[in-house]
Amino acid sequence: MGPELVAEFEKRFLDGPPIQVRLRRPVDHFSLTVLFGPSGSGKTTALRCLAGLDRPQRGYIRFGDETWFDASCGILVPPQRRQIGYLFQEYALFPHLTVERNVGYGIRRIGDAERRTRIAEITDLLGLAGLEDRYSHQLSGGQQQRVALARALVCRPRLLLLDEPLSALDLPTREQLRHELRQWLTKLAVPGIVVTHDRVETLALGDHVVVMDHGRVRQSGPPQDVFSSPVDLAVARIVGVDNIESGKVIRMTDGLATIQVGSSELVALSAARVSGQVCVCIRAEDIMLEKGAVARQSSARNHVVGCIRSLDREGPMVRVGIDCGFPLKALVTYQACEDMGLRDGMEVTALVKAPAIRLIPRE
Amino acid sequence: MDIEAIWVSVELAAFTTLILFLIGLPFAYWLAVTSWRFKFLLESLVVLPMILPPTVLGFYILVAIGPMSPLGRAYEEMTGHVLAFSFQGLLFASILYSLPFAVRPFAAAFASVDRRLIEASWCLGISRLRTFVQIACPLSWAGIVTGLVLSFAHTLGEFGVVLMVGGNIPGVTRTISIAIYDEVQAVNYRGAAMASLVLLASSFIALSVTHLINRKGGYGT
Repeated sequence: MGPELVAEFEKRFLDGPPIQVRLRRPVDHFSLTVLFGPSGSGKTTALRCLAGLDRPQRGYIRFGDETWFDASCGILVPPQRRQIGYLFQEYALFPHLTVERNVGYGIRRIGDAERRTRIAEITDLLGLAGLEDRYSHQLSGGQQQRVALARALVCRPRLLLLDEPLSALDLPTREQLRHELRQWLTKLAVPGIVVTHDRVETLALGDHVVVMDHGRVRQSGPPQDVFSSPVDLAVARIVGVDNIESGKVIRMTDGLATIQVGSSELVALSAARVSGQVCVCIRAEDIMLEKGAVARQSSARNHVVGCIRSLDREGPMVRVGIDCGFPLKALVTYQACEDMGLRDGMEVTALVKAPAIRLIPRE
Repeated sequence: MDIEAIWVSVELAAFTTLILFLIGLPFAYWLAVTSWRFKFLLESLVVLPMILPPTVLGFYILVAIGPMSPLGRAYEEMTGHVLAFSFQGLLFASILYSLPFAVRPFAAAFASVDRRLIEASWCLGISRLRTFVQIACPLSWAGIVTGLVLSFAHTLGEFGVVLMVGGNIPGVTRTISIAIYDEVQAVNYRGAAMASLVLLASSFIALSVTHLINRKGGYGT
């Protein structure tokens, strides 16, 4: 196994919960780890501790065979000697320096010729050619973020830490940069840790996600897995499962659990044996709607009949609230909604595949 | 008009400003970034000369640099001269007296520099000292110039402390404001008016300069 970043530390504050981080990620090849969680969950503090900008009170941080921090023997390697890149939320470009001097700021010690080559290489790669003589206030948000990225990458960091790198950008720029960011880091083989509270960003960027809440790591793993199988209610809420209802297991046969939810019954796939009270999690986009009451066709697909209670337009999608013995939220395209002629009070059948229902045992 | 006194004042102000630049800048930076919990005590101490009557400050300095004090004795042993009633003694007093006029604008300017710029520099591998010189100072230039101009102008016109610590030795410690006092005592209003005009003009120019650069200066964020 190659070198890894191994961190386990705690940072306490006078007010608010302590931030406790456990992390183990490979650092010998490109891979993006996402620290995901609501604001105030301690993501940025975790990142600052990894950079050496904040000092935890307990624990250790090791990078390969180097110890960056160890509370037990008082080791704290300053950020200058960690050879990392750090991207701040609002770019933090030096306002008194041109783009070229911003990018070259961290590599002043190397020879003139090589410095120029490296600056040219990185500005070309990041599409900054032609902007060398501008100052930060003459650049757009996307350009500023590219300059900040170039400034960090030109130093050839062993690890790039990004604090909400895209949140200050407008939507089209954000989507473009999100795509490019992965490309550049892959090309330069720089592993990264990204802090974000954006679900789309987590799914699009991350190879691995660490879900944080109230200063603690709740769950980690590949984003798809974590988003589809949250381990508990808190994670389910954070990753944005739209329907979380409590239910009671009626019976368990051949890996299929039948659960009583409100006045309806649902069949869910469950590898583990469940019993008693459970939380039923269904993502709104996993629900299909059909007009009228449709008869049950197979046991692996649930047919729940209910009444439409609300219709809310969300961009190209419509969020449909249905009362079917319990409140259910479904997400359908605007076009589908028009085609079916969905209206308030109309009777519909919600189709949910058994594997799309996630059960979380209630403590 | 007493050209000699003007020269003593200018020389005193120049040296005071230079020394305040050298020691006040790192001190102000430390004050701006430290999270030490007794910082407020030091901040109060720095501003004290603004509130204290110059005669009180002068009295304490006189005692502190007198031949009976450790500082005065150490100076005498090293140089063979007495510190009190000398130009050097006066310089020492001026530095303390003008300290708030330098340190406060410096510290305010440093405090307004975005902390993330300093941290960004550290993360790019640049030492704390070089970050101070290359990021914090250039971004605080308006505050630094303000502090220097105010220190110079304030020292140029000081009276009470000079009288207490320096005495009134022509060509050595007789400054322009003491010369004005002497002219008035001697009912030579013409001489006093000329010297006063010099101080009035220099003070007005200093304040205009600081207001101008603080309106134009800075880089936004």
